[in-house]
Amino acid sequence: MMIARHVLRSGFDLIEALLGKLFPPSWNPMLNLGALGFYFYWIITVSGIYIYIFFDTGVHNAYSSIEYMTHDQWYLAGIMRSLHRYASDALIVVMMLHFVREFARDRYRGVRWFSWVTGTPIMVLVFVAGISGYWLVWDRLAQYVAIVSTEWLDLLPIFGEPIARNFLSPDALESRFFTLMIFMHIAIPLIALAILWMHLQRVTKPKINPPRGLALSVFAALIGLSLVHPALSQAPADLAVVPGRVGLDWFYLPLFPLFETLPGSLTWGMTACLLLIMIAMPWLPPLKRARPAAVDLANCNGCARCYNDCPYNAIAMVARSDGTAFEREPIVNPAYCVSCGLCAGSCPTSMPFRRLSDLSPGIDMPDHTMAQLRDQVEAVASGLTGPARIMVFGCDSGPALAKVRSSTVGTIPLTCIGQLPPAFIDYVISRDLADGVMLTGCRENSCNARFGIEWTNQRLARSRDPHLRNRVSRERVRTAWVGPSGTSALQVALSAFADELQNAPAMASSVPLAELSPASREPVDA
Amino acid sequence: MPDFLRYAGQFIFFVGVAAFIGYFSSQPAYQQMPDGMAQIKMSFAHGGARKIDCRKLTSTEIAKLPANERRPNNCTRERIPVLVQLTLDGELLYDDLLEATGLSKDGPSRTYRKLIVPAGPHTITARLRDTKREIGFDYEATHQVVLRRFQNLAVDFKADTGGFSFR
Repeated sequence: MMIARHVLRSGFDLIEALLGKLFPPSWNPMLNLGALGFYFYWIITVSGIYIYIFFDTGVHNAYSSIEYMTHDQWYLAGIMRSLHRYASDALIVVMMLHFVREFARDRYRGVRWFSWVTGTPIMVLVFVAGISGYWLVWDRLAQYVAIVSTEWLDLLPIFGEPIARNFLSPDALESRFFTLMIFMHIAIPLIALAILWMHLQRVTKPKINPPRGLALSVFAALIGLSLVHPALSQAPADLAVVPGRVGLDWFYLPLFPLFETLPGSLTWGMTACLLLIMIAMPWLPPLKRARPAAVDLANCNGCARCYNDCPYNAIAMVARSDGTAFEREPIVNPAYCVSCGLCAGSCPTSMPFRRLSDLSPGIDMPDHTMAQLRDQVEAVASGLTGPARIMVFGCDSGPALAKVRSSTVGTIPLTCIGQLPPAFIDYVISRDLADGVMLTGCRENSCNARFGIEWTNQRLARSRDPHLRNRVSRERVRTAWVGPSGTSALQVALSAFADELQNAPAMASSVPLAELSPASREPVDA
Repeated sequence: MPDFLRYAGQFIFFVGVAAFIGYFSSQPAYQQMPDGMAQIKMSFAHGGARKIDCRKLTSTEIAKLPANERRPNNCTRERIPVLVQLTLDGELLYDDLLEATGLSKDGPSRTYRKLIVPAGPHTITARLRDTKREIGFDYEATHQVVLRRFQNLAVDFKADTGGFSFR
């Protein structure tokens, strides 16, 4: 499983890097798969509503009504039909990519099991909705799909009369059965939408709309495809004839030839096993994760920054319980916490300058505390030499830090770059622990903990609390959001940064740590 | 990368994705059945005779029953399996003993079978036994047909309408 994840992750990282050269980070299609899925869903819904106006729900006139849309009203209903078809196919593409990418990035185990497990029925329902849609055209493909799928269902010992008998001969099929299919084709996507709502319950600020420019580009591509290669019906269904040769939609129907040719016990067994394995995957094996964030009320004033920054709805603000004058306090739901540390990075009491009291912030990660982080920074800094010492903070999902470590470059690994409070950057520079700080991690817009890079960029830009102090020169802080395959790019960035640091003016407020007595190490506001 | 190259790259990307979706939404075509073949589809649901014959109740026995349960016969539920055969030009193509459905085996025997045969002229004979007779059949029908390429010939059975039908 680990090897499969590693290989897939490398593949995705490569594709994301290539697309990153063409698109700005917010537009990168590979980083907007979920949002594109929603977008296609809405295109399918709107186009479906329009073509339903002209669709004749009786089995004998369904085909001719679709032919009318395709040929007589090609300029609108025909395009809508093509949009309906191609957006449905595109939905399968982004849905499957989203599924494999989350697997590759190991974002399905631990507390993330819920999104994974609720995603499984959504995939099944999307396939069923698409397959039921193909019935409604009532052409040769519809005939093939209807017969193979009902024969496959009839293998289950739950139906009295075989459903496939409805397609025995031309006089056997009734419009009433056809109406049932239309009901299914409308009801199933609605059920999928309800489960999609559940799918997003454990993430904050879910991205369900792609950036406008990407949305317009994708829509233009679909319109262009609809004009150049409109969706057409095949010959009308005729139950007196076997379809023989059919043009399959390989996005929705790749398994149909197998359903038709392999033994039913094998296809049903494989399907059941596949679904069971998919549902069980979050526990195969379970994720060994760090302990969840812990609140220390003695150091918490209930500012709610951790609540605002948590990407997984794991923190709630409740009435204060310790009798202090503050109104609220955060509580962490361990079942939702992914231990990313963004909350600790957002806490204004995560202040490395503190020496008179313990460095114990209002919220912290028990397995990688702020006090441990400060000790780590000081230890690494003590080994740095040279005129352009750089302290690199990088996340576990980013480039290989060990490969850039040297006598002038010290590295500090973090779970997520958002775990780093900006005060640590100030601490490193103002206490002369290094001449510059480099922050690195996942590719931009692709943070493994969703918001680590976004919050960090905003903290550095001083537009999000806790922000980088004004006294820290931005020339001494760099970011390199290069992803796990970007070690070489990071080395290049470090080399350029070192050159700049050598020519930078000395920091006026820099006071070496060793020259301060413990009692005087509290920060002075800029 | 210069902007115009990036825009050109984006354009090529979207054209490529559209071409990928457009092609695989209907191609390559799938050959469901080899050329020159036709299909005979035999399907029906028909209940065989009861395993134990109904016994006629005496008037005394009927009188002893509650008023709402009085009936002339006492029947067990279980039905015997139905034997079905289909021959093509004298060759046995399908031969099956269809068990009655249901937990108590009191439902109809069912079959749904697709048989791929060469197109062309054929003599098809369908036979069915639904009683306890040891030899012979209760229903038999022969049909002369010239099967066209990819033709689907349905063979159905309804005892109410006289037995087998070919359509």
